[in-house]
Amino acid sequence: MSSRNEILAAIAANKPDYQPLPVGLYTPENGYNIVSRFKENITLIGGAVHKINVISEIEQFLYSNFPSAKRIVTNNEALKNVATHLINTDLDKQIPHELENVDVTILDAPFGVAENGAIWITDESLHHRVLPFITQHLILIIKESSIIASLQDAYAKIGLTDYGYGTFISGPSKTADIEQSLVIGAHGSRSLDVFIIGQAS
Amino acid sequence: MKDHAQLAEAFNKDKERVTWHDETLWFVRTKRDKAAHKFAGWEQLRETASQIKNNVLSNLDSYLLQFEANAIKNGITVHWAKDAAQHNQIVLSLLQKHEINSLVKSKSMLTEECHLNEFLQHNGVEVIDTDLGERIVQFRNEPPSHIVLPAIHLKKEDVSDTFHEHLGTEKGNSDPQYLTEAARQHLRETFLTRKLALTGVNFAVAETGEFVVCTNEGNADMGAHLANLHIASMGLEKTIPRREDLGIFLNLLARSATGQPITTYSSHFKRPRNGQEMHIILVDNGRSIQLGRKDFRNSLKCIRCGACMNTCPVYRRSGGHSYHTAVAGPIGSILAPNLDMEKNKDLPFASTLCGSCTNVCPVKIDIHDQLYKWRQEIVKSGYSPKSKTIAMEAMSVSLSKPMVYDISGKALRFTLRYAPFVINNKLNPWYKQRDMPAAPENSFKKWYDENRNKKNDNE
Repeated sequence: MSSRNEILAAIAANKPDYQPLPVGLYTPENGYNIVSRFKENITLIGGAVHKINVISEIEQFLYSNFPSAKRIVTNNEALKNVATHLINTDLDKQIPHELENVDVTILDAPFGVAENGAIWITDESLHHRVLPFITQHLILIIKESSIIASLQDAYAKIGLTDYGYGTFISGPSKTADIEQSLVIGAHGSRSLDVFIIGQAS
Repeated sequence: MKDHAQLAEAFNKDKERVTWHDETLWFVRTKRDKAAHKFAGWEQLRETASQIKNNVLSNLDSYLLQFEANAIKNGITVHWAKDAAQHNQIVLSLLQKHEINSLVKSKSMLTEECHLNEFLQHNGVEVIDTDLGERIVQFRNEPPSHIVLPAIHLKKEDVSDTFHEHLGTEKGNSDPQYLTEAARQHLRETFLTRKLALTGVNFAVAETGEFVVCTNEGNADMGAHLANLHIASMGLEKTIPRREDLGIFLNLLARSATGQPITTYSSHFKRPRNGQEMHIILVDNGRSIQLGRKDFRNSLKCIRCGACMNTCPVYRRSGGHSYHTAVAGPIGSILAPNLDMEKNKDLPFASTLCGSCTNVCPVKIDIHDQLYKWRQEIVKSGYSPKSKTIAMEAMSVSLSKPMVYDISGKALRFTLRYAPFVINNKLNPWYKQRDMPAAPENSFKKWYDENRNKKNDNE
């Protein structure tokens, strides 16, 4: 008998009586200001939040904060004047290793979750899965209207959509493995700036 | 082999360090409390997670088949390993097939359990652990001492010395920021040049055939997205029914582990990227046996958050290495005897049965009850430590016979008063860091008789 069948047979013989999945035991909290909760959580986990009205405000942020950045990549066409590469057209032929020298990555993200300060992103907008990790600095852009309250809402929204890879990003990479001292910038991005575009635009 | 008490004694030699270890883990526990108390509906969330896991255990074979079918549909190759040896062999075969002799690994307690690193090194394969804490202990040839905080037994000065030796950092510079940066530079180079990445799995979704890996450092993603070959190793029990169930578990995992609202990265791997090969190894290694143990099967609900360790008064003061097993602390002490009862017979006794572990467990495992039940199993199987067996027999005689109890009490009070050295000596481990209170003049029985009589007189 193959290992697979042996394992399955052992489980079938040893498993307890059927227990149903729970229904409606837990309902996420509601009735709070989800945008403020989202901002609070992003700040708590070491990120920064900026509220803007138009995309071009990000240009000024780049000039002031990353004046010496040589390689800035984005999936947002509106930023093509400040970016050195557009992900879908300029980076599509590159192998992931060639992204090693990316200084700043700016990505439009579909939605963020208030209760965790987490932002969802899939390889549909990434093109290269390694991008938000290998980049030195990460900037994510989301619409204010796309901030949702809970992970329950998030998975309801994702549903059974097909993706090859998707990830919730919550802050810059970090570690506290040395004496529990928090250090920002472990293996992934050294910073995370989240731009929330207001309802006006 | 040294048992928990002997290993704890070694750890306890450095009093200052023990105090630091104790307080630091308690600090992590308080961060967990803060996060849990802030979260409306925390108890319902725990109950939901617990019931989902109960459902998983009761239907595990179907879920595994569903997961396998969907993963294959997604282009992932699925392997089944009955035990550690088969798991390790599958990894080695893949390395050999692709003529690769080095790999990067992100945190996987399962590979610790399987002793994969040692096996691969014997076969000429270089393994580089990429989680910072794991890299530190790997340089030092030590196992991780905690499943979430692998190097929590070390001080920054230790790390500084280790990095000075292996990475050429400045001697005496023990600034965590500086040391972390050195590891970042060193491992970035490694990520870029390794062809195979091995990761663990936090959750595998039956409904979609995808698996989720959670890290704060981003090391699992750096490894997997740069490698041509991604192997994910998972224990059978990591399966969950539906994608939506992640909404429950991702809310619990990081809050319970470190008090964060969620891990920095919660990555869902559904298909290999273009040109990449993705493999998943489903590992039993005793899990299907544990599933059959009515009293202990709940231990398979564990999501490896480490909350039970952070809160455990014994773990905090004895250190992870005193448990001589891949998963330390309370949960490790109920998992390990299933794998080898004789070798791990001491572990269920390394507990005060205070129940704090059970209180913080995000999936409501009855950890302290199981510790107590393992003690009974171990005694029944004849593995109990000899000194404990003799003491327990003597106790049972004196408690069941009032006359013997009276005499032993008198003898003890006499001894404590006139010849304490008979009891308080190096042969009695109870006296380590403790002293006996002064012995009372009379027995409680005598006091009770007298006082009850007084009370009766008053009436």
